[in-house]
Amino acid sequence: MEVGQLQKSFVDYTASLFREGFLDGQFSQLQQLQDESNPDFVVEVVSLFFEDSDKLLNDLTRALDQQNIDFKKVDAHVHQLKGSSSSIGAQRVKNACVAFRNFCEEQNVEACLRCLHQVKQEYLLVKSKLETLFTLEQQIITAGGAIPMME
Amino acid sequence: MVMAAAESQFHVLAVDDSIIDRKLIERLLKTSSYRAVTTVDSGSKALEFLGLLGDDDHGNPNQPCICTNHSQEVAVNLVITDYCMPGMTGYDLLKRIKESSSLRNIPVVIMSSENVPSRISRCLQEGAEEFFLKPVRLSDLNKLKTHMMKSKCKNHQMPENLEDPERPEESTATSSPSAETSEFQSPQSQPQLKQQQQQQSQANNSNNNKRKAVEEGLSPDRARPRYSNDLTVVSN
Repeated sequence: MEVGQLQKSFVDYTASLFREGFLDGQFSQLQQLQDESNPDFVVEVVSLFFEDSDKLLNDLTRALDQQNIDFKKVDAHVHQLKGSSSSIGAQRVKNACVAFRNFCEEQNVEACLRCLHQVKQEYLLVKSKLETLFTLEQQIITAGGAIPMME
Repeated sequence: MVMAAAESQFHVLAVDDSIIDRKLIERLLKTSSYRAVTTVDSGSKALEFLGLLGDDDHGNPNQPCICTNHSQEVAVNLVITDYCMPGMTGYDLLKRIKESSSLRNIPVVIMSSENVPSRISRCLQEGAEEFFLKPVRLSDLNKLKTHMMKSKCKNHQMPENLEDPERPEESTATSSPSAETSEFQSPQSQPQLKQQQQQQSQANNSNNNKRKAVEEGLSPDRARPRYSNDLTVVSN
């Protein structure tokens, strides 16, 4: 595929991610912090997010699987996930975490389990979409083009 | 400009338990032209770096210098710390720094993902320079720079250090390493801090501008509301 085509796909795809609420303005901030001196900044931060989130989601699953659930601990994990998703602009994940925290406060087990499921879904979705985005970027670079800056 | 300052770089210590946020703040600071950035993941590591844990006074390479007429060491000129951290919170760290005779003049900025007015005022009262809501943006750091430049010029006690009251450029750490002295002191004049507090409490009351003490207004290009849906009140 020629560069122009790839670039258009990238622009359209990125726009759709924003439009559908997967990403918010914070992601744009990350993109703006990327430059020639730090060409992989976004990928690096997002990769850290993936690693961190995988671990947090495992911890959450375990924590909610206990006989006596430590809701403070659960809340602490969700707080962390909320923070990191907010920091990279993963809006839907962040919003799911907000709802989750409310149920932690209420100590509502059933609701927490539902929230965990929801957070996992949103996370897997945004992860897949970001990976697609990064693949597109890589294709553009391989084809010799530059990544378009999104407004 | 004090001569000895020429050897030192403007050095920021960033404290956050989240690896993502550490990476982010480091990049933000470097993009904002802060030359030297150190990140640590806890308040206790921050104190260690600042030389507060254990013997601090002599021979400690990490000893930050406030008065660097004589010292050539790299000083920490700014601490920017997350509020919510396990163990020592950002507030605890702020207190420790402000209670230390050697460190109290280092400006401390607090960051938090939660917009809790009582938390904000408590931090400002304890001597925090500013309070940023996360996620922190480049514009926040740029405003911080301007703010710190103005404070420095107003309150600097070294007679030979006669800065222009209003520098045209916002960046304090420009290409010349001497652009920011290592003996940078946080504003010592109470009116400055009070002004921040008043601004902040007014802001809180008006419900308009909780972002930080000296926020001048939201930039129009923000695509989303500044304050998140999260109104969870966290007991501190």
